[in-house]
Amino acid sequence: MLLARLKAGGPAIAKQGILVAFIVFMITFSLMSDRFLSADNIMSVFRQSAIIGVMALGVTIVVIGGNLDLSVGSMLSFATVLVVDLHDKIGPELAIPVMVLATLCLGAINGFLIGILRLNSLIVTLGMLSAIQGLVLIYSGGQNVDIVDQTGTWFAIFGRGAMFGIATPIIIFLGLALVFHVIMTTMPFGRRVHAVGGNPTASIFSGIPRSRVVFMTYLISALCVAIAAIILGSRVMGSQNNVGLGYELQVLAAVILGGTSLLGGSGSILRTVLGVLMLAFIQNGLILMGQPYYTQWLVTWVVIIVAVWLDVAAKRGRLFSPIA
Amino acid sequence: MAYFYQNPLLRWLMRNPIWGFVLIIFIFFSLSADHFFSERNLMNIVVQTSTIGLIALGMTLVMINGNIDLSVGATLALAAAFAVDVQSWAAFSTWGNWQILPAVCLALLVGILMGAINGFIVWKTGVDAFIVTLGAMLGIRGLVFVYTGEQSFYAMNFAYSDFSFMTIGPFPVLAVIFGIAVLAVHWLLSRTVHGRNTYAVGGNREAAVNAGIRVGPHMMINFMLIGFLAALSGVLLSTQMGAATPNLGRDYELWVITAVVLGGTKLTGGKGDIIGTLGGVLAIGILRNGMNLMQVPAFYVYVILGSILIAVLFLDKRFNRTADGGLRL
Repeated sequence: MLLARLKAGGPAIAKQGILVAFIVFMITFSLMSDRFLSADNIMSVFRQSAIIGVMALGVTIVVIGGNLDLSVGSMLSFATVLVVDLHDKIGPELAIPVMVLATLCLGAINGFLIGILRLNSLIVTLGMLSAIQGLVLIYSGGQNVDIVDQTGTWFAIFGRGAMFGIATPIIIFLGLALVFHVIMTTMPFGRRVHAVGGNPTASIFSGIPRSRVVFMTYLISALCVAIAAIILGSRVMGSQNNVGLGYELQVLAAVILGGTSLLGGSGSILRTVLGVLMLAFIQNGLILMGQPYYTQWLVTWVVIIVAVWLDVAAKRGRLFSPIA
Repeated sequence: MAYFYQNPLLRWLMRNPIWGFVLIIFIFFSLSADHFFSERNLMNIVVQTSTIGLIALGMTLVMINGNIDLSVGATLALAAAFAVDVQSWAAFSTWGNWQILPAVCLALLVGILMGAINGFIVWKTGVDAFIVTLGAMLGIRGLVFVYTGEQSFYAMNFAYSDFSFMTIGPFPVLAVIFGIAVLAVHWLLSRTVHGRNTYAVGGNREAAVNAGIRVGPHMMINFMLIGFLAALSGVLLSTQMGAATPNLGRDYELWVITAVVLGGTKLTGGKGDIIGTLGGVLAIGILRNGMNLMQVPAFYVYVILGSILIAVLFLDKRFNRTADGGLRL
């Protein structure tokens, strides 16, 4: 039955599978729990998703460019530990730029190895994941760091503050999403990233500086991690030295859920936002329903595979893979 | 130079550079770390590496086949949890030491089942293995937490936790199991039809299909094998600890992939072998053990391993120009 529907114009719906699934989840959860749709709850879900969300924006651009970035998790640990540790040593107004620069350096290393030397992004960022985690541990001596004076510093506004009644993390996340969306859809750089990811050879023949474009995508990803680290450090006012452990996979899950193809060349920032929010709402909804915390991972498993499956099925026009 | 290329040993080393690296660090640590070169420590290295080594064997199969499996760490934890928990089920309370048998069998079956699920989804949906197993990695880990209730299980039966201290002749039993697994998988890959087809499917899927090879079942079998090996690794790890924690095996997929890539297996599939993987596994084991004995903080191992991984990739690209181009996910 599903097969017949897929043939008869189903692809259009399947392409919007993530949107459909999102709506279905929202309706289900709001029927199951009366607190789910309250403004307070929705605000808190948005606020919690901001950190993963900001990182996912950068990773989306990397993935559209045809590469992967698995190093964002330990990069987040690095940036958060650095900014929190430096906060008490040299003050927030210096700590933030120093941390952003250091994180951009890591991004530049990624970009150099993958963009300029053309090494496989999966393995390079896997190696960087391990190396950066080691760096964090060496830097912090295995200790956790925290900010002593937690109430008297303006650093708190990034994670705990609010503007116009909306929490700052939400403003940063959605603002950044809007900026990147404009860049990716209307600016030459966005078109170049799409071209490089879609067909590297053709993009070189079209005179697009592939190496530089890939390099830039990793810088952007590192910048996003730095911003996420500011939010995280400011919210927690301290940091474990492995705080970003496993974030790379949740980020990637959100990006994939947003329909960005790992092959590169297609994907959209706004749909990544949808993916991030969907994961966050699933988590929140299951907890409100009284399910154990980790049930969300089980649901995520199913949702990711079904979402990508429908996407793939819509492209090839049949539900099951033709390989024997 | 001509002589250089004729020496069979050197030529072998050129093709398996990781073994040259293993040799170098082996000599280095033998000279500089006090207790490194002793029979006991060398056995220790084999036992320590057998955990990621077993999974790396399976990962070699899966990667030669052109796929990847990120869910192994979670599968390991699930199998360990089953192996330790099932022993204490009331149904087996009168079985004495035999209660270990159904527990271990069930744990291994669970591993095979998880692999089968992954393989079946990859086969039937045509979704990239990276995505499928990424989802499974989260999902199976969630399963572990839900099953264990976020608690650790402890083995009540001491026969279970004593198992890892047993020896067969001079060899620890864990080293023997690892050795048998290495030989078995090497045989499977180099001497059987399934092994040859695994290379064929990974090397050129279209050609394999045209040659009448059934691509799907081969992929599924390899996923089941890696599931089995991950579960075996989980069982052995839990005998070493006498317990199973829900966080067991976190990051293992990264270590395993590092070992396999160090061993020269290509992510694009079609290339690689067990000898290389064994070298990669030993390289990681010797590095960790040797640096530990030299009292280098464990943190530096991460940095060094990451750097080596990238360096190997770089050198591989420099010297194996044929590998150019296709290296994309």
